[in-house]
Amino acid sequence: MRFDLQIIASWIEKGSKVLDLGCGEGDLLYFLKHNREVKCTGIERKESRVARCIEKGLSVLQGDINTEVLDYPDNTFDYVVLSQTLQQVYEPPELIRSILRIGKKGIVSFPNFSYWRVRMQLLLTGYAPITRQLPYEWYNTPNIRVITLKDFRKFSKQVGFKILREIAVNSHSYDRSGKFITFLPDLYATYGIFLIGKEK
Amino acid sequence: MSEYIEHDKAGVSIGLVEKKSYTFADPPNEMILECGAKLGPITIAYETCGKLNDDKSNAVLICHALSGDSHVAGYYSNDDPKPGWWDIMVGPGKGIDTNKYFIVCSNILGSCMGSTGPSSHKPKTVEPYGHDFPVVTIGDMVRAQKALLGHLGIKKILSVIGGSIGGMQVLEWSVRYPEMVVSAVPLATTTRHSALAIAFNEVARQAIMTDPNWNNGDYYAGPKPDIGLAVARMIGHITYLSDESMRLKFGRRLQDKSDFSFNFDADFQVESYLRYQGAKFVDRFDANSFLYITKAADYFDLEKQHGSGSTVKAFSKTGAKFLVVSFTSDWLYPTYQSKSMVKAMKKNGLDVSFCEIAAQWGHDAFLLPSERLTLLIRSFLESTYSENRKE
Repeated sequence: MRFDLQIIASWIEKGSKVLDLGCGEGDLLYFLKHNREVKCTGIERKESRVARCIEKGLSVLQGDINTEVLDYPDNTFDYVVLSQTLQQVYEPPELIRSILRIGKKGIVSFPNFSYWRVRMQLLLTGYAPITRQLPYEWYNTPNIRVITLKDFRKFSKQVGFKILREIAVNSHSYDRSGKFITFLPDLYATYGIFLIGKEK
Repeated sequence: MSEYIEHDKAGVSIGLVEKKSYTFADPPNEMILECGAKLGPITIAYETCGKLNDDKSNAVLICHALSGDSHVAGYYSNDDPKPGWWDIMVGPGKGIDTNKYFIVCSNILGSCMGSTGPSSHKPKTVEPYGHDFPVVTIGDMVRAQKALLGHLGIKKILSVIGGSIGGMQVLEWSVRYPEMVVSAVPLATTTRHSALAIAFNEVARQAIMTDPNWNNGDYYAGPKPDIGLAVARMIGHITYLSDESMRLKFGRRLQDKSDFSFNFDADFQVESYLRYQGAKFVDRFDANSFLYITKAADYFDLEKQHGSGSTVKAFSKTGAKFLVVSFTSDWLYPTYQSKSMVKAMKKNGLDVSFCEIAAQWGHDAFLLPSERLTLLIRSFLESTYSENRKE
């Protein structure tokens, strides 16, 4: 399982109810279901991935995360996970508000755009950065939002939610292993993982 | 639904099966139908495949669509030219595995394939019901199936599965008998017909009822309304296909000719196909049954009947686990209708999976070989079965 998903899984208590937005082929949910007795649901846009999830015995809905979240009653889930998807969301404030309406807590992870290699590329080459975490050209990237760890902290104040826990890591996008970054995370982390909660 | 019945390409089959029947609701204990009329005795034709396990936890009920029957899989004899209507899905090692599950499929009430319907005789007479047959509903069909399961000693259904009108029965089962239904798989279906679907059914019914041979439903002693029924079937077939599937299947190709005939013979392949389907259908199906079953489908309204108008309230009555499947090119029961039931299930906190399968074959896609659908159903049944054992 991807390194950031391992960390996310470690934050989720046994027997919780979890919704994974953009669950892909269900790696996180499968792990949680079989190791943490979690009652889980996933939402995924792509038919082939939805089918893979159902084949694994997971309950997954095919649909757009931005609209699918609207159907759930308040506090349906203990955790709502948005892993490596925030940078592709068209209206992040709305989605985060929905996450904290339908979930007691949210877990959000995204690639850190202020990683030093990203900064250096832009500074030294003048081209839009391409890294192992963000391996796309400007014209074919699905990532429409440029977010840094600092941005997300600022965003929490603007939108009005609490950051309950924050971990910065350095790993490649599909790596199973990685390092925790405690020294200058804004500069050295490739990903940030945040546990978020409601303001009150 | 169309007839795509083919032999399994890999030659795998459950083998020989036998059509059986169960009769109940003998007077004076007739079944009181939703319309208020009494009906009895009622005979339900059914078939089973596989073996019921000791704790009776492996029963799967399959519900057929408009023109289907109890013959879901296998063959009646060694020289039977055709297997059952869902032989590609039901059999040893298939999506619905007969080595693991005990499968029951019965002919719906109102049909003409062995169960009581308008072509059956009135009690203690040799006179067919005809137009005197009471209007039956999807709910009545399901209640008759429940009686059959009682007879078979089944108290819990691991999964009830069906597409189209069969899917309506699946939904009805889940809210009417929630204590019996562990899981449900409604395929290419809806909680209520759209005006579009009702409109096509009405045109099909009008084709039958304006056939002079229909004679107000009383035709069993004389010529049958074959032309009306054939036209009705032709209309049905159009709704089961899609623009794309018709373009690929027929285009504007001509049938056995190189130029137009400049008369009203079947010039185009699509005309010839529809005529053939229509003509073939009258040999095996009763026109009155067609009227009654399409009416039942039009009347079906899960939210009205079980939720005082609210889909959310209707699904609050069930605790079943669901797998909902729609097909991209199905314009008879489009994906938005499946999504709206999924939405109501979510609002009730039900365990639901939903997949929209990309398929060009229109509504009929649920009956055609699809590795994706087979895998989805197989894995959904497997996980439901193992979760159900744990509990």
